[in-house]
Amino acid sequence: MELLERFAAGDLDAFESLFRQYQSLVFRWILRIVRNSATAEELTVETFWRLYRAHARFDPARGNWGAWMRRTSTNVALDHLRKTRREVPLLDDPPDGAGRGHEPGERAELRREIERAIGLLSPRLRAAVLLALVEEEPYENIAEALGISVGAVKVRVFRGVRILRKQLSQAGVHS
Amino acid sequence: MSEREVDEVRKLLKKFVPTVRDTELRRDLWPAMLKRMEQPPVHVPWWDWALLAGVALLFCLFPGMIPALLYHL
Repeated sequence: MELLERFAAGDLDAFESLFRQYQSLVFRWILRIVRNSATAEELTVETFWRLYRAHARFDPARGNWGAWMRRTSTNVALDHLRKTRREVPLLDDPPDGAGRGHEPGERAELRREIERAIGLLSPRLRAAVLLALVEEEPYENIAEALGISVGAVKVRVFRGVRILRKQLSQAGVHS
Repeated sequence: MSEREVDEVRKLLKKFVPTVRDTELRRDLWPAMLKRMEQPPVHVPWWDWALLAGVALLFCLFPGMIPALLYHL
């Protein structure tokens, strides 16, 4: 019996094999949305817990395991963002050369303003903007993960960018 | 809004928001998974169901609230 068939039948060993095979993939995807390693680890476990509970609904003959896994992990990450809407951890270490050309104090201020502006985005706009513009994930992947069309992803990115520009402009930051 | 404006924001974000694309998982999460599976199922208190029923009733009475709520989610 194939691994996915055994998983669908509720076999714990099959679930463990799938978990070990895909935990890194799910972790990295969630991290791109929530941007905090410890949180991404917790949410990876939550994702697999949801998948395990729904094993009986998964049809290995018709279902696409990869797409199901990505949709579920995205939903778990968005649920988390909804609960922690105004907290915007963008990781502690800025990229090499981040804010080059600015004084350290000015750089920290700019970073705070950008974090604040991102925090004002709704979770679905924030996910679309970060995945598309920071992580440079292909629009097709984002669309599959969010369960929407590529056109809808572009609309979300545009709306997110418009809000960011407005907020940053009000704060005196010009892109 | 033009593609140029999107590109300007992209450049600003990339300058200040680090990519996490190359961050790897540092530990095996299977022990945490087993612990999660051992936890008893979450019990939903009756008042939460009552609240949900109230919200559903509100949506039936005022369907115009649904798009407004979806926008803010």
